[in-house]
Amino acid sequence: MFRRLSQPEGATVRLTVDGWPVTASAGDNVAAALLEAGFLTCRTTPVSGAPRGPFCMMGVCFECLVRIDGVGSRQACLTPVRDGMLLETQQGKREAGR
Amino acid sequence: MASNTSPQSGHSHFEADVAVIGGGLLGSAIAWGLARERQRVTILDEGDAAFRPSRGNAALVWVQGKGLGMPEYAAWTYRSSESWSRFAALLKEETGIDVGFQRPGGIDLCLSEAELAACADGLKRLHNQPHMVNYPHEILDRTAIEKMLPQIGPEVVGGSFCPLDGHCNVLRLLRALQASLARPGVTYLANHAVERIERQGGVFRLMTPHGICEAEKVVLAAGHANARLAPMVGLSVSVRPQRGQIIVTERVRPFLHYAMSGIGQTDDGSVLLGTSVEEAGWDDHVTTPVLAAIADRAVRKLPLLGALRVVRSWAALRVMTTDGFPIYDQSLSHPGAFSASCHSGVTLAANHALALAPMIAAGNLAADLHVFSARRFDVSQAIPA
Repeated sequence: MFRRLSQPEGATVRLTVDGWPVTASAGDNVAAALLEAGFLTCRTTPVSGAPRGPFCMMGVCFECLVRIDGVGSRQACLTPVRDGMLLETQQGKREAGR
Repeated sequence: MASNTSPQSGHSHFEADVAVIGGGLLGSAIAWGLARERQRVTILDEGDAAFRPSRGNAALVWVQGKGLGMPEYAAWTYRSSESWSRFAALLKEETGIDVGFQRPGGIDLCLSEAELAACADGLKRLHNQPHMVNYPHEILDRTAIEKMLPQIGPEVVGGSFCPLDGHCNVLRLLRALQASLARPGVTYLANHAVERIERQGGVFRLMTPHGICEAEKVVLAAGHANARLAPMVGLSVSVRPQRGQIIVTERVRPFLHYAMSGIGQTDDGSVLLGTSVEEAGWDDHVTTPVLAAIADRAVRKLPLLGALRVVRSWAALRVMTTDGFPIYDQSLSHPGAFSASCHSGVTLAANHALALAPMIAAGNLAADLHVFSARRFDVSQAIPA
């Protein structure tokens, strides 16, 4: 669905999303990496369970919350990718203490 | 209520059996109760920018620990707690809105032996008062608390427990009251701050920037504004703003199955933190040191809270009377004028709706409410003639 306007020439990093290996471009943020890899939704809402994905890409809408390296509800669009990063999508309400 | 607008002034004229000044939790609950008594009610509220203590509370229906110095307040609180499930059922029946009232019992956690001793001493003195209402409550050690709340932090030494304590979803409570009040016989007027009250020929005339309301009775339920309005009807209300700050977290799966002082999880999953008390005048801003202290105590009580995202924080100004107990009064010089001032508008909502409102409809506060009159602050009352 999303396609890069130009191919980056820099290094790539490896992430996992819910256990799936994903390659991303160094310097991208997590939300962009998720979208490029085809993960259009990154969570379901705590109230109705409706699917949500990155939207504003600038830290305002809080739709792109994901669990990053064990810390829940982080804003994917404000977090740069890093080699070895563990990403997990969130289903509904998070569990406190996890 | 009859209403008409004069084309010259754009001002409206309203008539009601009872004018309720204030559309917060207190005024709404009283108005709801009056409507049940088949009174025609007009609610005169301020606008969005008003100080609104109803926005700042922990949604607790809380009994334990209240009433040291006035056992009648403990009894009044107990009575409201006992009426709350009926109140919630009536709201559900009328509006279809479940206000989420639950009564799982309440825990107040202590983080040191000194805190626990002070808590136990306070409860002992409270319940040793003459004429104190009798209800179950106990001090629990760490082992007992841990069985109920396995998530407690290592610093928790014990706490107090009262099976009567509960909580509700306060956003839905206010919405249910508002929905129920949108019915024939009730008029809600926003942006109608009352500037002046006059009484002519047994009728109260309430002057607002946008019109006049005439009513046979008037109820001052205007929070902080009661201090200004009370002398207009021969009453006296001494209240001051007392700031409380609140932190709310993201929604998480239900993990807290008790009501707690300072930590509460709504049925939507949000966690509310905060029991701060500050004398800050009319400043209703949050401050970082107080928010940090609230968060610190909460995380020491329940460490799992440390991983939650804070979504919002805000402050509100409690309506605090001189001795901290509610004021309910009726005017001797202006029959038909009543005042109500309190800071526990959620806990006492059931009483305001189901006990206080019928008394106002009947035109007389019952004898067991006389102890709450502001006349208790008059020096002459305390000195035998």
